[in-house]
Amino acid sequence: MADPIIQIEKLSKQFVSGKQTKKVLENVNLTINPGEFISIIGPSGCGKSTLLRIMGGLDTDYEGSVYFENGPIKGPGRERGFIFQDHRLLPWLTVEENIKFSLPESTENVEKIIVENLEIVGLQDVRKAYPKQLSGGMAQRVSIARALSNQPKILLLDEPFGALDAITKMHLQEEMLRLWEMEQITMIIVTHDIEEAVYLGQRVIVMDTQPGRIKQSYNIEQSIPRSRVSPEFHRQKDKIYKEFFEEKLQTFYYTI
Amino acid sequence: MKEMAASKYIQTAKYLSLYWILPILVLLLWKGAALLGIIHNYTLPSPDKVIQTAVTLTADGTLAGNIIISILRVLEGFFLALAAALAVGVAAGLSGKFEIITDFILQVLKPIPPIAWIPLAILWFGIGEASKIYIIFIGAFFPVFLNTLDGIKNIDRKYIELARVYEVSKKRVIKQVVLPGALPFIMTGTRLGLGSAWICVVASEMIAATRGVGYMLMDGRDLARPDMVILGMIIIGIVGKFMDDILKKLSTVMIKWN
Repeated sequence: MADPIIQIEKLSKQFVSGKQTKKVLENVNLTINPGEFISIIGPSGCGKSTLLRIMGGLDTDYEGSVYFENGPIKGPGRERGFIFQDHRLLPWLTVEENIKFSLPESTENVEKIIVENLEIVGLQDVRKAYPKQLSGGMAQRVSIARALSNQPKILLLDEPFGALDAITKMHLQEEMLRLWEMEQITMIIVTHDIEEAVYLGQRVIVMDTQPGRIKQSYNIEQSIPRSRVSPEFHRQKDKIYKEFFEEKLQTFYYTI
Repeated sequence: MKEMAASKYIQTAKYLSLYWILPILVLLLWKGAALLGIIHNYTLPSPDKVIQTAVTLTADGTLAGNIIISILRVLEGFFLALAAALAVGVAAGLSGKFEIITDFILQVLKPIPPIAWIPLAILWFGIGEASKIYIIFIGAFFPVFLNTLDGIKNIDRKYIELARVYEVSKKRVIKQVVLPGALPFIMTGTRLGLGSAWICVVASEMIAATRGVGYMLMDGRDLARPDMVILGMIIIGIVGKFMDDILKKLSTVMIKWN
């Protein structure tokens, strides 16, 4: 097997506010192999976004070791694309200027890169548009095209479809799978949507809160092509669903 | 299509009548008061007397000359202030140290009204152009500076984070994130600054000048000509409004992404 693309060992992180210290992550160990599609799921406050930000190099204040391709992560880098929940396009730049902004200044063939990557996400006619002229789904596609333009080896997705409507969300999930198969990019998605986690991930990491830690890891057997309605899909989803709510069954005790 | 065009005309007509109804009413009341003898020629002359003065002064060229000299003074002082305020504002916005170093002096200078500088300006620069430009500079500097600083500080951190993800150089971040991000604030500051500059030119011309709209006011007072004073005031108002209109247009063009 090839060397892991991400190797996390004994990762812990805490926030100190005044006299209180809050453990955000405790003893997280995770190995991710090149080409994997990983979903990370957990309740809010479990540190899943923090974990992703650490992999992205946006947060470097932690204990333990986090390696990307055998080198410690010291900061952000183009080879690790990051998709935020908001599209984060600069409102004063057009779509093509936004993509150009993300590329190294010495890049040649900027035009070609822009056209190709917009095509990959199914957008050709929006190059001159400003972000406010785009729908939420389109804007998020542009931000994906922007990440792809930098030829990342890994894409870190932080609840990327959380702000979109259900139909757009499903479309973009399909799109991500297509990209993953086509471009062979390692993908790590953080989500609070169990269906999304199970539908996309080959492996679903379930996290728990206080302190944030990895609770379980499930290998998902994906049917080819993937299905949202097969009994197998639902069985795997239910398994994680139960995992999630095992201590909270009381919540359902009174409903209907 | 025809109907749409017609309804658009009606819309415009409605807007214009609403827009002008109050100014016309004021004019009529003014004229009425003069006819009824409520106001007198030596305190508040009737509107047609003011118009007559405007015609005379336009014909001999003094009016245009006064307006132009004032506008030129404003532009000179304003652009100097704009350049300085942008430089200091951007520096303070980007460098915490620079902001701390300059903070006390700038905050103390800020509440001093520009006209309070007139005595010193005359002592330092004499009664020529330089003292007026200096007053205008002081008047325009602070609105631009403060808004530039605020604009830069209010830039959404998430865009800075994005720039980090893509390893964008600092120079490029300033050019493509900081400046455009702060532009709406900067334009607001520019409008306030130009307004203040216009106020300052009039004030400084009222103290020591031989030309300009401010001088026209003082001249009117010395000659006991309220019509000249009123005309001067109206001119100041109208020119000020037009300058602001131009900047307002300019900012909608420059901030086209909103």
